[in-house]
Amino acid sequence: MLQISDIRQTLDMIDNQHLDIRTVTMGISLRDCAHPDMGSCAQKVYDKICRKAEHLVETGCAIEREFGIPIVNKRISVTPIALVTEACENGNPVAVAKAMDAAAKACGVNFIGGYSALVHKGFTHGDRRLIESIPEALAETDIVCSSVNVATTKAGINMDAVALMGRIIKSCAALTADNGGFGCAKLVVFANAVEDNPFMAGAFHGVGEGECVINVGVSGPGVVHAALKEVKGQSFDAVADTIKRTAFRITRMGQLVAQEAASRLGVPFGVVDLSLAPTPAIGDSVARILEEMGLEICGTHGTTAALAMLNDAVKKGGIMASGHVGGLSGAFIPVSEDEGMIAAAKAGVLTIDKLEAMTCVCSVGLDMIAVPGSTSAETISAIIADEAAIGVINQKTTAVRIIPAPGMDVGDTVDFGGLLGSAPIMSVHKGSAADFIARGGRIPAPMHSLRN
Amino acid sequence: MKAIMTVIGADRVGIVANVSCLLADMSVNILDISQTIMEGIFTMTILVDTATSPHSFDEISAALSAKGEESGLSIRIQRRDLFTAMHRI
Repeated sequence: MLQISDIRQTLDMIDNQHLDIRTVTMGISLRDCAHPDMGSCAQKVYDKICRKAEHLVETGCAIEREFGIPIVNKRISVTPIALVTEACENGNPVAVAKAMDAAAKACGVNFIGGYSALVHKGFTHGDRRLIESIPEALAETDIVCSSVNVATTKAGINMDAVALMGRIIKSCAALTADNGGFGCAKLVVFANAVEDNPFMAGAFHGVGEGECVINVGVSGPGVVHAALKEVKGQSFDAVADTIKRTAFRITRMGQLVAQEAASRLGVPFGVVDLSLAPTPAIGDSVARILEEMGLEICGTHGTTAALAMLNDAVKKGGIMASGHVGGLSGAFIPVSEDEGMIAAAKAGVLTIDKLEAMTCVCSVGLDMIAVPGSTSAETISAIIADEAAIGVINQKTTAVRIIPAPGMDVGDTVDFGGLLGSAPIMSVHKGSAADFIARGGRIPAPMHSLRN
Repeated sequence: MKAIMTVIGADRVGIVANVSCLLADMSVNILDISQTIMEGIFTMTILVDTATSPHSFDEISAALSAKGEESGLSIRIQRRDLFTAMHRI
């Protein structure tokens, strides 16, 4: 028999520390939906998503009830649509975005990712057509998410794509100006994007993936925070050990749910993504974990070291608990989605420069950051270039999800509601990078990409 | 299906009798019971097997929650696998 104290501990994590499965994401290959006619392609996309994901939500809900553990999101990721629409001889890929939106709503999921292109080395005609359509696609759909991979350690940085994405982000903001530039919250620019990420907005079903797969993202900043309260004042050895133990438990739960979902849906289990994903709810913050380690406020000196340790310990604890670990796996630091980050940004302590340093040691990048609406496309491109460089040189994933909130300036707050939270507008440097971005071309792959 | 039932709330006469009567009514078999008072709160965990019951897991779960609400207790049932995964290697 299990110990009563163990059972109570689990219930306490669920009831009081926001322990949950953050997402069960079904990856679906759409490679067989290519068609010379855009309308027919869109129809095939709609039909296939509906067929594969028909039972995803009801299965997720049944698992939730039986285990008594919340599964907050059920989502779908698909093959990068630029690949699927490549063969279309004419038409606008927005038709496919609308088909994805309709299919996702018919299945009852809350986001679908994969309106994406992989252009780290160069553009095909289909890539360019898709990227140019992103602002319209995100403005005219509700739950479609988009991502573009502009750099890899192997290929270097496609600076033409970096320049283009600055302009695309500005157009996204303009087309969704009525909602604070909400379109930008559904668009991620990646370096070293992963093919099996279950988290939005950057999820897509990579080209090396199978027909259909179930990936699960676990969460639990609140659980880690609560555990660290028990080792107040003790050395970092104790802190690391406590995080590892907690991550192990959380991940075991994720593995269990992933296997159960995969087996019920008759789909292979892909990976568990060992991420600490915050929400705007009190007690579900990554920033508060860093503060629990002894920092007065997130963003002050010591924050990068604290985050590095947290990120590493989460992985070490989780890796033994899961058969296959993948996705982004680490701590997320989306400013608008983390109550402690919001507070630190409002206090002026957490700045873009500090966040950039933090992205060197965590699993993602500059995530859900709002900047003044007047920020130029070139400045946004330069921010993307900096993040891509960090990713490429450190052989890790980095990403930029930035919102130049129309008509807003430092001191304002843009509110997206729900899981996406609210973001205080952060200041950016005034010096121009326009001539730097205008050069175009490719920044060559680093020396250590030549490992063969 | 093996499941863990937890009953948590203020201690008083008849909790065990009430809960076990309900389980018997639904033909849910009790395999093991532990009960204690933790920090002044009545806490009971029951390992049950729902395979003996004609009712579905959702029906059993709903009946237990309703009983809990009626008697001011938190009563829930969850598959044992969850706790085993989290607390046993």
